[in-house]
Amino acid sequence: MKLTLNVWRQAGPDAEGRMQRYEAPDVSPEMSFLEMLDVVNQRLEENGEEPIVFDHDCREGICGACSLMIDGVAHGPQAATTACQLHMRHFKDGDEITIEPWRAAAFPVLKDLMVDRSAFDRIIQSGGYISINTGSAPDANEVLVPKVDADQAFEAAACIGCGACVAQCPNGAAQLFTSAKVSHLGLVPQGQPERDQRVVSMVAQMEAEAFGSCTNHRECEAVCPKEISIDFIARMNRDYLKARIMSRAK
Amino acid sequence: MPLNAKIPSGPIEQKWDRHRFDLKLVNPANKRKFDIIMVGTGLAGGSAAATLAELGYNVKAFCFQDSPRRAHSIAAQGGINAAKNYQNDGDSIYRLFYDTVKGGDYRSREANVHRLAQVSVNIIDQCAAQGVPFAREYGGTLDNRSFGGAQVSRTFYARGQTGQQLLLGAYQALERQIGAGKVTMYPRTEMLDVVLIDGRARGIVTRDLITGEVSSHAADAVVLATGGYSNVFFLSTNAKNCNVTAIWRAHRRGAHFANPCFTQIHPTCIPVSGDYQSKLTLMSESLRNDGRIWVPKTKGDERPANQIPEAERDYYLERKYPSFGNLVPRDVASRNAKEVCDEGQGVGPSGLGVYLDFAEAIGRLGKEAISERYGNLFEMYEKITGEDPYEVPMRIYPALHYTMGGLWVDYNLMTSVEGLYAIGEANFSDHGANRLGASALMQGLADGYFVLPYTIGDYLSKHMDEKVTTDHPAFAATEAEVRDRTEKLLAIDGSRTVDSFHRELGKLMWDHCGMNRNDAGLRLALEKISALEEEFWRDVKVVGSSDTVNQSLEKAGRVADFFELAKLMCYDALERTESCGGHFREESQTPEGEALRNDEDFSYVSAWGYNPDGAPQLTKEDLEFEYVKLTQRSYK
Ligand SMILES: Cc1cc2nc3c(=O)[nH]c(=O)nc-3n(C[C@H](O)[C@H](O)[C@H](O)COP(=O)(O)OP(=O)(O)OC[C@H]3O[C@@H](n4cnc5c(N)ncnc54)[C@H](O)[C@@H]3O)c2cc1C
Ligand code: FES
Repeated sequence: MKLTLNVWRQAGPDAEGRMQRYEAPDVSPEMSFLEMLDVVNQRLEENGEEPIVFDHDCREGICGACSLMIDGVAHGPQAATTACQLHMRHFKDGDEITIEPWRAAAFPVLKDLMVDRSAFDRIIQSGGYISINTGSAPDANEVLVPKVDADQAFEAAACIGCGACVAQCPNGAAQLFTSAKVSHLGLVPQGQPERDQRVVSMVAQMEAEAFGSCTNHRECEAVCPKEISIDFIARMNRDYLKARIMSRAK
Repeated sequence: MPLNAKIPSGPIEQKWDRHRFDLKLVNPANKRKFDIIMVGTGLAGGSAAATLAELGYNVKAFCFQDSPRRAHSIAAQGGINAAKNYQNDGDSIYRLFYDTVKGGDYRSREANVHRLAQVSVNIIDQCAAQGVPFAREYGGTLDNRSFGGAQVSRTFYARGQTGQQLLLGAYQALERQIGAGKVTMYPRTEMLDVVLIDGRARGIVTRDLITGEVSSHAADAVVLATGGYSNVFFLSTNAKNCNVTAIWRAHRRGAHFANPCFTQIHPTCIPVSGDYQSKLTLMSESLRNDGRIWVPKTKGDERPANQIPEAERDYYLERKYPSFGNLVPRDVASRNAKEVCDEGQGVGPSGLGVYLDFAEAIGRLGKEAISERYGNLFEMYEKITGEDPYEVPMRIYPALHYTMGGLWVDYNLMTSVEGLYAIGEANFSDHGANRLGASALMQGLADGYFVLPYTIGDYLSKHMDEKVTTDHPAFAATEAEVRDRTEKLLAIDGSRTVDSFHRELGKLMWDHCGMNRNDAGLRLALEKISALEEEFWRDVKVVGSSDTVNQSLEKAGRVADFFELAKLMCYDALERTESCGGHFREESQTPEGEALRNDEDFSYVSAWGYNPDGAPQLTKEDLEFEYVKLTQRSYK
């Protein structure tokens, strides 16, 4: 099939960007979205033009690197699917597709479709872990974890840190990402000792970054490729209040 | 120069404990005087960097992704082995040790493998304490599954995302140390060379992938945890950016490269769909528990699968291996798939595919039971191919998956360059000629959490107060080399893209140094690779400049190193005229067509030294088997 692409090109963090039109005349429905871009890039390079820069690595929907706004939707039209797992059979001949980077104050564009998501790492640094030095762990079966808790913790831990939630949110809020980690660790017994401190520190860091605040648009949940539930945001808010009221956390 | 593996003496059960006692310690107050460079923050590097920082060392860690959480380890699906014997089914450290040496087709070191089995139990404890959401039984204890033909259930898992959850555990431990100021993290930074001073590794030269800036970093020791090199084949199940550059640059500086031709091909991957294909996707091995593999008996039969009557199907694995059937090991399943496709019985548009059919299992167990077992895999398959495996059989084909070879290391995980260590998939250490399922995660974390943090202290304790800074002329000289190479790649301005060269190289390797290898093919490959490499350096086109994000330039540097590696792999495959594990030399097979080992002549590790002027130089490290009895495998 034959497609037309409108792609955001931006030479560097401080450069001005613009949309650029490209023709993609020979797209096969079996291609993944990123393979379609590979083919476009291949042709650009052959013509001596700089290829379109975008982040990607695993191409299996698990590393969280790919980060494309496709026709205004983070990761594109297919639910629960990252851009790298989206295949061209979901488009039709003659379609015009707009491709942009994540747009959020906290994720500055580095080049073309590549953004800086290091704010997420800093949120984890602020408390998204269990403090247990190597070698000091008890036997794994000494601490029992009810299956329901383990399963629910897994649902939260499945977050791939891609940032689609932030990109889709009209406020650029990072509640879904932050609450997923707060909930994962708050649901397992090993995470209890630091539970109050963790939520307070992580929320503080989230607020210190350029993320907006959550006003319950729920768009984050709708685009999350791992279908992380916004129930975790409610959970985080409860934990936060409790920690504040009990003021066990600094 | 002979290589000394430094294997401790004494009975195998006591070697590691004794060795740990004999290792010199760095006292706590002195640890903060040492700087350690960690290149790579996947499972191996992430766990090591965190642990070393906890001990008090200063760590500088590097990765090329934008965050350590995205390392290729994230993609591991199946699980991680450990000799916990929680299932009370007769597992033990000794059994895991035995299975791993045997599974590696007797080409690994007994002492290393025993240590791996020993620390495997600590890994699970550590990960559970970090909050890794492993699968649980209703009573709250950890669940296990059996994996990769093992007769015991020793694989711990977190749904189909074990690698992700283990990596996030290590990543969180690492981020904690970054927050505490003990680790300085350099994401989006690629190491392009090691710096040696007086024969010792004293630092690295890197390129910032955003600004293009080339810089130097000095340290007391350098650790490479940079993963495997399956992408030399272009198409593999590895993440797109996995590459060999870090360990290849180290090899060029004097680190021996061990068993480069030992690569693992996974039988159940989604076949190539077209020439734009950028990578291959693994479908878990567990599918073979219920799926039946077949091809049409008639060559070129173009009827849809469900219109081919039972009598006209060849269930070739069940036919040839009545006792193991569809569950034969990875290499046997892979070779047989290739064979039937080479015969013209392959299915799908390219003819390079075989059916993995669930109709019988669905009939027997019901759709629901099958969906419970494999639902997520079926979904993934449908996303990629647009076909519904509940209705039509899956099509699968083997693909490159893992590299057992890597930098040669001694028992302490030090390479043949003083002060340079290699851990995780980047080293060659524990899997011999074939890795068992769920053992790579185990090895990466064993190296990172429990082995390197001890052994590196012994080396450091002998080198107190020997600081160097990046003012040493060796850094400037190495930086100049790195810059020259970058500029050279940009200056060629030829007519072919990097990817087109990489694809062609991959095809050559797949055809001649892939599943089946023979003397004539390997020699031909060596010639063709050299010719292609020559063309690359004459005609590659790398657009853009070096002072900005330039993904073509990144790829060009990596492909240049893949060329050199590819030749070494062919040399190695040529030299090893036996078949063993993933290495199948057509000249060495049993009358039934199975791999035939030659223990008399080949019980050694091939450690290759770099030779800028010609053929690489081979050093053999003889392998001795005191505990495990060598037998030929048979799955008939
Ligand atoms: C699809 C798939 C499924 C798998 N499933 C399983 C499984 O179920 N069980 C199992 O045991 N194993 C499995 N494996 C194998 C296992 O995942 C890997 O062997 C293992 O994760 C490798 O870990 P590592 O830490 O050595 O390397 P990686 O995770 O590859 O990390 C490499 C690191 O090095 C960095 N790096 C590399 N080069 C440079 C450079 N030049 N400069 C700076 N940084 C650099 C990268 O950025 C990254 O941080 C699977 C593999 C694949 C492909
Ligand atoms: S490239 Fe890894 S999730 Fe898309």
